[in-house]
Amino acid sequence: MALPDPNTVPLRPGFASRLLNWSTWVVLVGLFVVSLQQTGFDVEALTSGSQDFVRFFRRLVPDWTALPQIWRPLLETLQIAYLATLLGTLLGLPLIFLASYNTTVNGPVMWVARSVLTVLRSIPDLLYAAILAPILAPGPLPGVVALTIFTMAVLAKLASETVESIDPGPLEALRAVGAGRNRVIVYAVLPQIAATMTSFVLYIFEINVRASVVIGYVGAGGVGFLLLRYLNFFDWGGVAALIVVIFAVVLLIDLLSVWARSRLI
Amino acid sequence: MSAHISFHDVEVTYPGGLKALKGVTLDVPRGEFVVIVGLSGAGKSTLIRTVNNLVVPSRGDVTIDGASVTRAQGTALRQMRSDIGMIFQTFNLVKRSSVLRNVLAGRLGDVHPLRGLLGLFPRADVAYAHDCLSRVGIPEKAFARADALSGGQQQRVGIARALAQKPSIMLADEPVASLDPPTSHAVLRDLKRITREEALTTLVNLHFIDMAREYADRIIGMRDGLIVFDGSADQATDQAFEDIYGRPIDESKDLRGAS
Repeated sequence: MALPDPNTVPLRPGFASRLLNWSTWVVLVGLFVVSLQQTGFDVEALTSGSQDFVRFFRRLVPDWTALPQIWRPLLETLQIAYLATLLGTLLGLPLIFLASYNTTVNGPVMWVARSVLTVLRSIPDLLYAAILAPILAPGPLPGVVALTIFTMAVLAKLASETVESIDPGPLEALRAVGAGRNRVIVYAVLPQIAATMTSFVLYIFEINVRASVVIGYVGAGGVGFLLLRYLNFFDWGGVAALIVVIFAVVLLIDLLSVWARSRLI
Repeated sequence: MSAHISFHDVEVTYPGGLKALKGVTLDVPRGEFVVIVGLSGAGKSTLIRTVNNLVVPSRGDVTIDGASVTRAQGTALRQMRSDIGMIFQTFNLVKRSSVLRNVLAGRLGDVHPLRGLLGLFPRADVAYAHDCLSRVGIPEKAFARADALSGGQQQRVGIARALAQKPSIMLADEPVASLDPPTSHAVLRDLKRITREEALTTLVNLHFIDMAREYADRIIGMRDGLIVFDGSADQATDQAFEDIYGRPIDESKDLRGAS
């Protein structure tokens, strides 16, 4: 094969693609400037606030006498996350297979399942909790429902992509045996996705633990509720103790989950 | 004697317009061991899959003992399928499951759906699954994971799974194409012996001429979606094969499998 002539200049990309390149940058920079202005982002305010910042942190000395008050809501937070992960997984399981082209019943059913998932996913969990808390009375229940919906929607989306990428051979073999749809799923699909699914569920549990702290803030029970109360009463010692405890627990669960997931695949 | 499997002017057009079968008519009597040969893309795999309706003909009809499998649906179709064993080029085992569970999957068409879902097979079915593994010569592998087995052993599990269905028909789609030549012959010998013992009507797709001649009662040659040869192994001369493949046979080339 002949070497390319070093004197030939490579062809420039066409005018259209160059224009596209330029306009992309113009749009990105334009959005940046507009966002800066309209949010009132101000570096001066950031630095001038630094003294307040320091003063605030000086007050953030953990008051460990608050600990006995913290345990119960903390446990409640973990229970909310655990329940929601479990319920969401169970409720999401059928949706996974209805939303995957290789295990669904038929085209329209798949379309409906996917649409339901898209709608559920497009609403943030905090919004679910905020809407549900006044309806179901503030407490852990709206938290559980909100995170169950979140778990269902996210798991079904992630897992159905896994289902669609499995080896189709065993599915064909099981169909050839004369097995119905459910038996094909149990024998040919589940063994292939079990490890990945478990990993997803653990990951979603991690997210749920963090989320259940936040949603307590809008009245959905758990440790967020307590945080709100401490803040309202300017109980900085309690706030500090709570933050440290939450940090430690979330970190611990993350580490455990990462370790468990690393052993799966 | 009436035919066990009959193809009546079967046509298959895949989405996208590819015509894989262009009108195949064929009768296979009970107990016959038929080998189908032809180049890749000749329609062998498609033909075999119309027998258990994994591929649905766009025209024509396939019947088993006179009953149309093409028009069967739902439970009726699943019942017909449970009478048809099938083995595959890539074995199609569930790799993460045990060998025994793979073989038991062959019983799924017959056991109660709920029992099947929960994995609560009747004791007789479990015993029969072990039996099938003995028949293919690997009884000791029952509790090994399927992906821990060699290729030849995996295809034997495939045969055991099909056998566990207690079928009357056996389909084999390129069963030895992923195996080395000595293993290929061993697996084909087992397949032939077992289908003979069970008096199964057998359709096998094969690439290799010498294997086709050695094992077939009858050879069907396919080319471009049509049957171009139909005769006994003796009638399948080199000339006949050259017509099927549409090119001269070079002894040193890949159409032959060394033993």
